[in-house]
Parts: sequence; structure tokens; C-alpha cells
Amino acid sequence: MNKMRLFAHLCLFASVLFGGQVLYAGGGHGSVSHPEDNMSWGEIFELVFFLDLMTRWVILSTTFLGFAAGLIGSFLLLRKRSLMGDALSHAMLPGVPIAFIVMVAMGGDGKWMPGLMLGVTVFGLLGVMMVMAINRYTRIKMDAAMGIVLSVFFGFGLGLMKVAEKLIGGEKTGLRHYIYGSAATIRFEDCISIMVVSLIAVLSCILFYKEFKLLCFDASFGRSQGWPTGLLDLLMLLVVTLVTVVGLQTVGIILVIALFVIPAAAARFWTHTLWKMVIIASGIGAFSGWIGSIVSAMAERMPAGAIIVIVASIVFLLSMFFGPAKGVLIRTLMKRRLNRQVARQHLLRAFFEHTELNLDGNDTEAFGAKATELSIDELLKSRSWNRSSLKKLLRVSAVAGTVAELGGDVFRLTEAGFVEAERHVRNHRLWEMYLITHADIAANHVDRDADMVEHILGEQLVRRLEILLEAEGVSVPRGGVPKNPHGALIGS
Amino acid sequence: MGLFSRKRIGQVLSNEHPVSSPLTIHDMTVAYHRKPVIWDIDLTLPEGHLIGIVGPNGAGKSTLIKACLELIPKASGEVKIYGKPYAKQRDLVGYVPQRESVDWDFPVSALDVVAMGTYAKLGWCKPVGKKQRRAAIEALDQVGLADFAHRQISQLSGGQQQRVFLARALVQDAELYFMDEPFAAVDAATEKAIVDILKELKRRGKTVLVVHHDLQTVPEYFDDVILLNMRVVAFGPTSEVFTKENLQKTYGGKLTLLDEAAQAMFRVSQGGRKDE
Repeated sequence: MNKMRLFAHLCLFASVLFGGQVLYAGGGHGSVSHPEDNMSWGEIFELVFFLDLMTRWVILSTTFLGFAAGLIGSFLLLRKRSLMGDALSHAMLPGVPIAFIVMVAMGGDGKWMPGLMLGVTVFGLLGVMMVMAINRYTRIKMDAAMGIVLSVFFGFGLGLMKVAEKLIGGEKTGLRHYIYGSAATIRFEDCISIMVVSLIAVLSCILFYKEFKLLCFDASFGRSQGWPTGLLDLLMLLVVTLVTVVGLQTVGIILVIALFVIPAAAARFWTHTLWKMVIIASGIGAFSGWIGSIVSAMAERMPAGAIIVIVASIVFLLSMFFGPAKGVLIRTLMKRRLNRQVARQHLLRAFFEHTELNLDGNDTEAFGAKATELSIDELLKSRSWNRSSLKKLLRVSAVAGTVAELGGDVFRLTEAGFVEAERHVRNHRLWEMYLITHADIAANHVDRDADMVEHILGEQLVRRLEILLEAEGVSVPRGGVPKNPHGALIGS
Repeated sequence: MGLFSRKRIGQVLSNEHPVSSPLTIHDMTVAYHRKPVIWDIDLTLPEGHLIGIVGPNGAGKSTLIKACLELIPKASGEVKIYGKPYAKQRDLVGYVPQRESVDWDFPVSALDVVAMGTYAKLGWCKPVGKKQRRAAIEALDQVGLADFAHRQISQLSGGQQQRVFLARALVQDAELYFMDEPFAAVDAATEKAIVDILKELKRRGKTVLVVHHDLQTVPEYFDDVILLNMRVVAFGPTSEVFTKENLQKTYGGKLTLLDEAAQAMFRVSQGGRKDE
């Protein structure tokens, strides 16, 4: 199943990557396009290190934007407010045409940046306040409230956009850039404002690191301590708003949320420590912004915003599989290792219990002489193994030196194998006895329960088991293996 | 609002808050969406006692604690900590929330969580330092988790997580502790650790208010008990109050009228539209 899913994901991303070129070939207003078609290595070098004069500010801007969004996005994600960021950015749209119309009506330049920024900020915050109000004063839940607000504001914004365009004439206004983003229009001043906002984000995350951590982990405990959690939430949202406002021009209203959520979600797969997660998320964000705009500059008519998001998604996918903290790969590997270990121990126990039947009492001293030789067919009867996996298991165990092959599909335990088997059988039986004496589980049921537990019993737990059982009056042989409490051969 | 006109009367009579009592509650009613959950609570807790709150599900046990801590608004009434409002006495109060109230997958270690108990005394913008870390490790040691200080919290068992919360409250070094179901679904080792801590707190003269659900252990653990079911059914020394009759009053279905009245108030406040 997992493989299928992985394949589907890869197909999806491949189609986005290659389909993107076709999709955007027509519109393509977002591209950081470079005049030449074939680039030399020297030109690529100039792009990568911010030396190319045409694209320097664009690439620097997207790098800083990704950095700042990844930074504050970590806290947004942990506060479980990711969708709030989406509602915020979508609600900003009406701010663009309204600010434009107002500024033109006042006889000014309709595209004066500070005015537009003020417009989107007002509408973004208005949207967030409406989400809060709907959630608080009606019975509509948070998710529905955000869905309502973001779609209504966005639709309203699209309508107004048309009105603004009609009023001022054609599509020359360029207001639509705010929907999908247009990195090519970034100038030196824009880059400076992105850097200032990044600095604000860094400073607030350093200054209020402890407060944000408390807010995200346990807000009600924080409130009981007298921290103004509402104010802290507002502060966090203000930083998010600032980053969104300066990011709109680059990646656009629709995609900007991805910069907050994806790097933070990816970073969570690499670490269990908050400050490391924040730094990794900022790094992933910066990397995505940097690579994304470079690719956009190299390939003509590739929109920077979309490429940045795709780069971030690829980093996310890689993190999800290879991340050491919660990654899929590491978990699968650990599970396989455990399964293999369990199977090997079961094999040893099967040998031991057969051997035991051939011995009088627990005279394990005489083991060497009487070690039972078992054929594969006999072993197959003692557990629900299939032949091929049993053969493989025997081969692995032979290499490990716990089992010796006598030829003709017949095997026996080695001395080392016996010692290990003894320990596992002992754990198994101690646990069975515990289940019978302490958990009142019927004797014929305990074998399967103990089957799972015996492999995870540590030294400390075994010692506690011994003490408990001895207190109960059950005799526990110090080194040796107690008798089988359910008196039957395993598997029967 | 006319329904809550008792508020004014409550304020007139509010001079009943002796400074010697760690917690006094006068005529407190708490409502969710105008639907009263607990009614007319009057309590004066003795200092240095372990006090249990018991009552059926939905009796308002957690609500009582949260209202005292001003985490949810009161419809009426007053709460005083050592004779003063909670806002002025925060450093005297420690809080152990319910374990399920947070996301244990959060990327912090046990030590980080316990250190949160020192934040209030640290104040704005100051980072956790050596002194706070040492206090946190000491508290972890008290609950038997010193070896787990640097474990990420999702890798702890439920009982260990509960003990982390307890350690965080210990670090607050308070006089009055509110604990919301600290014994819920914990292993034997944790139960014993918590009981030991409670006894130690009592020895040091602290007052502890514990929401509890296991009736059997009440006489063993608590000096006093509050029997709660939307209102205080009985309050006093466990030996006197924890009787069959009182338990029957608390857990028996004799409160249908009170509950129905609450439902009706809820419907009225919703404009009579929504039937529950």
C-alpha cells in the first residue's frame, strides 16, 4: 500500500513539474524571466550568488521571504492556526482594488506600495476578526467559519478587481499580480521591505521565544499564570500578517500559505526540539525561495511563486521519507528490524522447547549431548511459519552462530544459541506466570500474550517480575528456566 | 441577564473572605453559553489540607477549578485567594491541567515543559537560565523522572506525562494547588508518586484541591471532600461528609429539575430556537 501511495505522489509531482511549463506557458506573468534562452554556467553562477543585476533583488527577496515565513510558520503550525494564515491571505484580496480605487480617486498613484499594503493589512485583519467573531458568537465551528470568510472575501475581492480594472482601463493595472504573484516586478525597495520584515520576524521570535512556546503548547496553563494569551496570539498573527503582505507581490494570495506551512511541517520530521525545528524550517523556507526563483529565472515564463512552492514540497516529501525524527523510512526500518529479531527469537525458543521435551526435568547441563536435531518439516509444525521464510530465518541464524546446519535440512542449536534461547524462554515463562498469577488470565491463553511481550522485556522489568513472582510464592529458578506453566508444546 | 440578578446581592455580601483561607468562593455560578453548569457555590477551604472534589460526569468539577483560575468567565459570584482576587495572587497558585488538554506530540522535552512553571516569575522576554533549569530537574527528580529529563514528551508513557505536569506545578512553588484529574488513567507507579507528592505538599503546609474520580481511594487520600453535582452537595472532613447518603445525593438522579432549568435557560438565551 505504501509503495502505491509513494508512486502516486511521485506521479503527481512529476506531472505538476512538467505540466507546469505547459500550463503557465500562456500566462506566465509571474516568471523572473531572463532574456536569453540558453544560459552559460557563468550566468547560472551569477544567478545563484546574487551577482546577476537583473535578478539579484528578486532572488534575495524570495530567499528572505521563505526564511521569515518558515520561521513564524513553525509557531503558526504548532499553534494549530495554519488555516488561519490561509483565511488571512485570502481575506486580503479586496484590500488591493479598494486601496487602488481610493488612491486614484484622491488623485494619486493607484499602485503606490505603502497604500496597497495598508489596504491588504486592513482587510486581512478584518477577515481574521470575522472568523473569530463567527466562531465565538454563533454555533458555527472554526473550520466552517474560516471557509466562509476566506471564500466570501476572496470572491468579493475578485469582483472589485474587475470594477477597478473597468474604472481605470483594461488589464494594465497589474492588480491581478497579487492573486498569483509576480516576482519579476520586485525592485530594490521591495527587497528592503522584505528584509525589514524578516528582521522583525527574527527579533520577535527571539524575544518572545519562551512566550510563543508556552502559548503553542499549553495556552490555558499560560493564562492561569497571567500571560495575556490573546495578546500573544495577536502578536504572532501580526508577524504573520507582515510577512504575508510583503510576500503577496512575490508568491501571490493563493500560494503564500504554503510558505508558512510546508517548511514547518517538513522541519518537524527532522527534530523533536523546538528551536531546532524553527531553524530548520527557516532554512528550508530560505532554500526554497532561493532555488525557486533561480529556476524561475533560468526557465522562461516559469512563475516564481509556483516553483518556490514546488521546491518546498519536494523538500517536504524528502523529509517525510528520510527525516530521522518521524520519517516513514526510519519507522519502517525499525519495524523491520524488530520483526526480524522477534522471528529469530521465536526460532530459538522452538528449538529449546523441543530439546526440553527430550530431557528429564530441567537437566540442561546435559544439553550438549542431547541437543535435539530438528528438520525443517518438524519445525514447521511448531509455529505458523511458511517454508521459505523459515529457511531464510535458519540461514540468518546459522550465520549469526546460534544454529548449526547438520546437512539435509536438519538443524540444531549451538552452545551460544542455547544460552540465548534459554534467556528468551525464561522471559516468556516468567511473563506467562505473571499473567496467570496476577492478571487472572486463563493458562491456555497466556502463550500468545507472552509471545509479544518476551521480546521487549528489559533487564529491569525481568528483575521486577522475579521479585513479584517470588512474593507470590512462585518458585523462580535463579539462572534456569522455569517449567512451562501451561504444560503444552508451543503452537499446539 | 435578569436571571442573574443575584450578582448584585453577592457583591453586597462579599465581605466573607478571611485572609487565612487559601480559597474562598462566594455565591459563584458558572455558565457555558448562558447554560449554568455550576450553581451558587459557597466554599471556604481550610489551609494545609488535601481536598478532593468528586461527583458524576458533567457535575462541573473541572469547571469549578477553571472558573477559580479565571480560565472561563463566571456568571456571578466572587473567588478570593488568601482574601485577595486571583489576579493579584497568581504566584501563590499552581495548576495541573488535565493531561488530554495538550498535544503531547509537541517538539519539547520533559525538562522544557517543567521549566514552563518558572516562566511567570521570570517575566517577559527573559530566557530560561541555569537556575530555572536546575529547579526543573529537581522537580523532575521529585516525581521520579530525573532520568527522563531530555526525552521528547511523546516518548513518555501516559503516567509519566502526568508526572511531568505535576513537576511543572511543583516548580511553581505555590501555596495552593489545583489539580484536574491527576489520577486519571495512570499506572500504579505514577499513582504512588502522586500520592507521595500530595503528602509532601501537605507536610509543607500547602493546600491541594484535586478533582478525583475514584471513590474508593477518597477516604485514603483526602482530609476533606467536596461532593459536587452542579452545586455543592456536601463539603467537610472526609470522615464526616463522605457518607452513603451524601454519595447517593450526589450521584443519584435527584437533580433533574436543576438540569432542566439549566436547559431551559439555555434555550431562552438561544432565542428558543434550538432544542437540545
